[in-house]
Amino acid sequence: MKNPEEIYAILKEKFGEEKVELKEDAKVVPWIVAAPDSIKEVTKFLRDDDGLDFDYLMCLSGVHYPKDNSLGVTYHVNSTRKKHSLTLKCIVPEDNPHVQSIESVWKTANWHEREVYDMVGIMFDGHPDMRRILCPDDWEGHPLRKDYKVQEYYRGMKVPY
Amino acid sequence: MGLLDKKFENSNIIITSLDNLFNWARLSSLWYMQFGLACCAIEMMATAASHYDFDRFGIIPRASPRQADVMIVAGTVTIKMGPRIKRLYEQMAEPRYVISMGSCATCGGPYWEHGYHVLKGVDRVVPVDVYVPGCPPRPEALLEGFLKLHEKIRSESLVKKKTA
Repeated sequence: MKNPEEIYAILKEKFGEEKVELKEDAKVVPWIVAAPDSIKEVTKFLRDDDGLDFDYLMCLSGVHYPKDNSLGVTYHVNSTRKKHSLTLKCIVPEDNPHVQSIESVWKTANWHEREVYDMVGIMFDGHPDMRRILCPDDWEGHPLRKDYKVQEYYRGMKVPY
Repeated sequence: MGLLDKKFENSNIIITSLDNLFNWARLSSLWYMQFGLACCAIEMMATAASHYDFDRFGIIPRASPRQADVMIVAGTVTIKMGPRIKRLYEQMAEPRYVISMGSCATCGGPYWEHGYHVLKGVDRVVPVDVYVPGCPPRPEALLEGFLKLHEKIRSESLVKKKTA
């Protein structure tokens, strides 16, 4: 069982400070911010390292930070054997939202990443099936963006009340 | 009923109009298409079960639009579902009726303002004959909706054009 600081020390040694960063001022538990172009190696290491042994992706969610003009992905991972958990984040700019897909690390990520793409509009590079999952395929916009405006008509049906 | 009132005392002859006979036949066997979309479907199932017993009105569920007379839209109609509902309605044979069950199917219900994904009333895609209010409506309310539909069918005519 390791706490986030101990996990961060291992990650920093492996990937360096420019790839992973610890946020200690968090209200609940500290989290680790990873670079969007290295999240796949980081998660793969978290899964395969014997001391960390993260075998379970609990949740993957998309966030919109309108004040910083950025989007984020939050990964909650857990180790059922070592009984420790970790929060990982990736922050990307609104105008170029690309994050590596971790579908090949945990299969759970497949539908979750499609949901994040559908709701927030982050593209996951390397995902085998990057389509919308909830809204219709020809829907306009991403509904959970804070500046989202619903379209007036969809296939001849009026959308607003 | 109107049909049996006019029978001759000691014979098997009934005199009635064709309108009356057809309407009586139609309203006495309203087969509905199962269209459970949300929690209203639970009330619809309860209405069909033994305690409230839809079957005493000749109302029985069908799984195919080809065999159905009435579509009970029971629940939240998402915009993704809208074109499918229209397609299924078009596949039903005439005369066909639609009951909009519950607030969601009628006007969007609790999703009316912020529900970008909800169609604000199934009457935006198919014509509705009876609206049953409630969230969800009790089985008695759904039965009342069917009795209203009975009234509507009873006043129809083969020659005169169907209203609404």
